[in-house]
Amino acid sequence: MIIDLQRFITSERPYWTELESLLYKMEFDPKQVLNLATVRRFHYLYERAAAGLAKVNTFASEPDTRRYLESLIARAYGEIHETRDRRHRFVPLVWFFQTLPQTFRRHARAFWLSVGITMAGAVFGGLAVAFDPDAKAAILPEMFANHLNDPSERVAREEHRTRHESAGQMSTFSARLMVNNIKVSINALALGLSWGIGTIVLLFYNGIILGLIAVDYVAAGQTVFLLGWLLPHGVIELPAVLMGGQAGLVLAGALIGWGQRRGLRARLRAVTPDLTTLIFGVALMLVWAGLVEAFFSQYHEPVLPYAVKITFGCLELALLVAFLSRAGQTRPTKAVLPQPPSASA
Amino acid sequence: MSKTSTLLIRTPEGIVFSQLLAGPVSRFMAWLIDAAILFAVSSILGIVIVLLSMVTGGAGQAIGLLAFFVLSIGYSIYFEWMWRGQTLGKRILRLRVMDAEGLRLKFSQVVIRNLLRVVDMIPMYLVGGLALVLSRRAQRLGDFAANTVVIRIPKLTEPNLDQLLAGKFNSLRAFPHLAARLRQRVSAEEGSLALQALVRRDLLEPQARLELFAELANHFRAKVAFPTEATDGTTDEQYVRNIVDLLYRSNRPAAGAAAVDSATA
Repeated sequence: MIIDLQRFITSERPYWTELESLLYKMEFDPKQVLNLATVRRFHYLYERAAAGLAKVNTFASEPDTRRYLESLIARAYGEIHETRDRRHRFVPLVWFFQTLPQTFRRHARAFWLSVGITMAGAVFGGLAVAFDPDAKAAILPEMFANHLNDPSERVAREEHRTRHESAGQMSTFSARLMVNNIKVSINALALGLSWGIGTIVLLFYNGIILGLIAVDYVAAGQTVFLLGWLLPHGVIELPAVLMGGQAGLVLAGALIGWGQRRGLRARLRAVTPDLTTLIFGVALMLVWAGLVEAFFSQYHEPVLPYAVKITFGCLELALLVAFLSRAGQTRPTKAVLPQPPSASA
Repeated sequence: MSKTSTLLIRTPEGIVFSQLLAGPVSRFMAWLIDAAILFAVSSILGIVIVLLSMVTGGAGQAIGLLAFFVLSIGYSIYFEWMWRGQTLGKRILRLRVMDAEGLRLKFSQVVIRNLLRVVDMIPMYLVGGLALVLSRRAQRLGDFAANTVVIRIPKLTEPNLDQLLAGKFNSLRAFPHLAARLRQRVSAEEGSLALQALVRRDLLEPQARLELFAELANHFRAKVAFPTEATDGTTDEQYVRNIVDLLYRSNRPAAGAAAVDSATA
């Protein structure tokens, strides 16, 4: 209170300006590496400004200076105290071949839970259609209206189709599939906010539709057609949606925090990067699946033998499994144990 | 200032700084601006797509479909990342997305807060709006999960004090000990309130102006009682003007300061 404010500001101002310009440089180009002298200077300026703020805080009449200093210190604080890993440059290949599979494996339990829920839904859907053929009409959403008829009819129709859609129509179809599936996956992630309930319902419902259509085709004796139709895109699309569910369950897990010592905010902070990685991986997979579904899956027997389609699907699945389970594994280095001091010494 | 409107961050050095949290109305306005921009861009895009599909057929439509999707999801993510937490709407309304603990905003935080918007939007932003109003740090659910807050950046303009106060004889200056006590007892908010009242005095209705300055003058009189010879014959407005003069230009005479200067020189 006793400080001479005018003189204080006049004498401190150059330091604040210097801090501000340094901050501006750092924010403008986050990639640059500061040398030790600059870092020291930066820290000194930050502390000096913070001390200035402490002094000005007691001063009734200087809200503007205080606010200016507060914003300055807020920015410098963010730069200094950020301890989370700051990758200087984002390398897409490293992200794809290391970060993505590693993140997937880190949350493998959530993935298997997601698989389990979908399987339960599939069993439910399968049983429903096996015991009550009318269930199909009641459960299937409008999107799948073309599956309401007898599967054998559809197979016959598809196999005797003489003309196929133009490339343009197929690309529109492909784009629509991608958009729809990515939206479903984002929903699966976001519904994790409902402590996972929404995600579970969504996965279960997806499972029901899957089980229902599968049992319907198998019961009609069209297993080969079903595999040929679904496998090429399904082996990527389904795992992708399951990974969306996995992300939702990871988020729910962080919210619930079962058996974790960290606080809620720390838990959420810890999973945010993983969720981002997962959802971008899911989007990539769904783009691929959309392309395959529109340009490959929709061609049937006379044009494209089922054996080719099924083999292609199996190959994709094998690649996916290998990728998710092996890629980005760090070779375990031989640990050298420190030798205990010998007893004789 | 109420507890919900500021976010206090304490640094390890023991310094506390505050950030103003943005309320639902300003955030909604920013969202409206962004929505309008998105609408305009998609309309232009729509025309381009129509032209494109005339040439290429269905491929144009496919590109359009994807472009709309990427635009609707990517707009906020792109701008909040490139502009350190601001979209166009937020920039216009001087809002900014910030890490809730004052650290650097990370790309993953931007992505998550924007992707989880789908939950906040159920139905018509009701969930997000409720969360925003109820939460202590004015966060919608997406903000909560991503550990972000939206702050207001106040305009930092220095008021032109000289124009406002110059040339006026200030009878209160004769009592430096009381002036010092006044500065001690008046909070920054009170000081700036009086200053703002003076800055905007010509915008007030005559009656309202009288009442406002009477109220302010009484408030300051209750803080420090100046002797009557200093306050006799001054109107309430003049009294507030004198108070502000004392608060904001504490060292104008600089007689003591000059003496110290010459002593140290």
